[in-house]
Amino acid sequence: MDIHEYQAKEILAGYGVRIAEGGVAHSPEEAVQRAREIGGNIWVVKAQIHSGARGKAGGIKVCKTHQQVEDAADDLLGKILVTQQTGPAGKICARVYVEAGTDIAKEMYLCIVVDRSSERVVLVGSAQGGMEIEELAETDPDAIKKVYVEPAVGLRDFQARKMAFSLGVDDAHFNQAVKIIKGCYRALRDLDANMLEINPLVLTRGGELVALDAKMNFDTNAMFRRREISELRDTSQIDPREVAAADHDLNYIGLDGDIGCMINGAGLAMATMDMIKLAGGEPANFLDVGGGASAERTEKAFRLVLADKNVKAMLVNIFAGINRCDWIAEGVVHAARKIDMKVPLIVRLSGTNVEAGRRIIAESGLPIIVAETLADAAEKAVKARNEVVARENSTSQSRGNA
Amino acid sequence: MAILINKSTRIIVQGFTGKIGSFHAQDMINYGSNVVGGVTPGKGGQQHLGKPVFNTVRQAVRDVGAEASIIFVPPASAADSIMEAADAGIRYCVAITDGIPTQDMMTVKNFLRGYCKEDRMMLTGPNCAGTISPGEAMLGIMPGHIYMRGNVGVVGRSGTLGYEAADQMKALGIGISTSVGIGGDPINGSSHRDVLERFEQDKDTKVVLMIGEIGGQQEIEAGIFAREHMSKPLVAYIAGLTAPQGRRMGHAGAIISSAGESAAEKVAMLRELGVTICPTPSAMGETVAKVLAGMN
Repeated sequence: MDIHEYQAKEILAGYGVRIAEGGVAHSPEEAVQRAREIGGNIWVVKAQIHSGARGKAGGIKVCKTHQQVEDAADDLLGKILVTQQTGPAGKICARVYVEAGTDIAKEMYLCIVVDRSSERVVLVGSAQGGMEIEELAETDPDAIKKVYVEPAVGLRDFQARKMAFSLGVDDAHFNQAVKIIKGCYRALRDLDANMLEINPLVLTRGGELVALDAKMNFDTNAMFRRREISELRDTSQIDPREVAAADHDLNYIGLDGDIGCMINGAGLAMATMDMIKLAGGEPANFLDVGGGASAERTEKAFRLVLADKNVKAMLVNIFAGINRCDWIAEGVVHAARKIDMKVPLIVRLSGTNVEAGRRIIAESGLPIIVAETLADAAEKAVKARNEVVARENSTSQSRGNA
Repeated sequence: MAILINKSTRIIVQGFTGKIGSFHAQDMINYGSNVVGGVTPGKGGQQHLGKPVFNTVRQAVRDVGAEASIIFVPPASAADSIMEAADAGIRYCVAITDGIPTQDMMTVKNFLRGYCKEDRMMLTGPNCAGTISPGEAMLGIMPGHIYMRGNVGVVGRSGTLGYEAADQMKALGIGISTSVGIGGDPINGSSHRDVLERFEQDKDTKVVLMIGEIGGQQEIEAGIFAREHMSKPLVAYIAGLTAPQGRRMGHAGAIISSAGESAAEKVAMLRELGVTICPTPSAMGETVAKVLAGMN
């Protein structure tokens, strides 16, 4: 789960990390108010969206007058920003963060992350901040230093010092750096974060170490014990289809293709999507309905898949383990009847009680295309999709002629 | 023979009296697994499904000689249950629970590393379908009837994709020695490589099928292990060709976060390591069949 920059900064401030003075605003007037409160004569207005690389997308504006602050906020609020990380759909900017301008003497990079391969928390730092770490990893991998933390021991002072040295902090600011590094580590451990990135961490001309940007990502599995963090979830930053799915405890990810999918199990779902692609089609979504696919759940899953107007055919692939094919078939028939489907439906059932399941589908009288194997299912789905598209094209053509 | 579990393995169920624990315990008993009891703190001394309930895993080890355990405890306390099993002297533990916090798993792995290798409990999962040695024992939640006994070892992250593989092989008359689910979480008890080590030592396993997916480096580590230390052929399928960068595909671990973690990159690296790749997910059975045929 991602949170906004200003939220991450509020959290980090509580762990002793210095941040520039700033405040969040939902309107241009409020932005000016924030600038007045902050004082000074230079401000930065930053779009609050769940994505990095905002600067290049025009999401960060340096302002020298209150009028400029107002204009910047007016421009950003309500705007959909497309960055290198958001995908073509972009993310809506519903709030801006107004921050005092910082006089930068040096930029550094600091990230703390739960590393799956070493099964430890690892600190990643570089004396070269400001650029994307992936870029730095390619151009100058030696500039990136790592410190691994033993879970039972925690981050020791000598390790924090080692990282501070790696950041290239001079002697005068050394203790400040150690304090920030330790504070960030505690924030990650205490709050079940997966990742915490400060890019850049800057040394100001005034001699202060300041977190100029902050990004945090949390472990969704741990949110049951981090109520205060889970309240920071901003659904405006998530595909609405995924929000609806999560509300029904379904696992959905919207994609750009046009063959809708409903599958049980994440691995089988990915494999089915691969099979669709190999058969010449493109999946419209990833949807794992999980183990207990009841009739009600099946109907919700159908509605979710078909809410995507791009969908030209829908493929159901269920391998029943604990589940039974006859129950699933009943759910599918029920959903198809109730929803009045406009696109072809391809169903492949396998596993427990498969014969009974296929019989229910066959006897339903619905125009459901039955598939035997995974390959068969993908091929039939692509074929059905192609027929729909061909029909649409000929209709629009004949309309054009008329 | 098979790996990890067989007919005589004495099994206990942690989270025995809960709804899910009861359902699957009964299913395992029906399959023929040697379930000798279960653990639910506070219900010790009772009988459940005709088996004794214990307050602690240690009591179950002492009184009924429990060797293997399966965990159906909810996410908030599952990590604790795994450590209790390790502490009590359980040899092999399957954690079915989905949704254990990553930092809890980090603690579990750290706890397990505290034992010397001979005394360390083997853990598979969490967030997996379990392990089955067809015709011998089932320590999991899979539909037992789709597995046929034979000579192919299967290791995979996904439950239903593992069923798909078993089904494809059965249709071709190919059986399985043991099928092990290592689960879809970013930090898991055992890696593909850990399980390959066991299959290499098992005289009844001739070929191993590894079902991997996007995210992490475990499939590549397994490929390197196979090249360096395995005499048996390794066949692999990697799911997630169509998965977009940075999105979590159902499994918490199935996310492409850095170079080398996409399906295409993994496939290319495994090929280079001499692993036979299944071209499509529907060709897992045929590919294994071809490799088996080439051995005779």
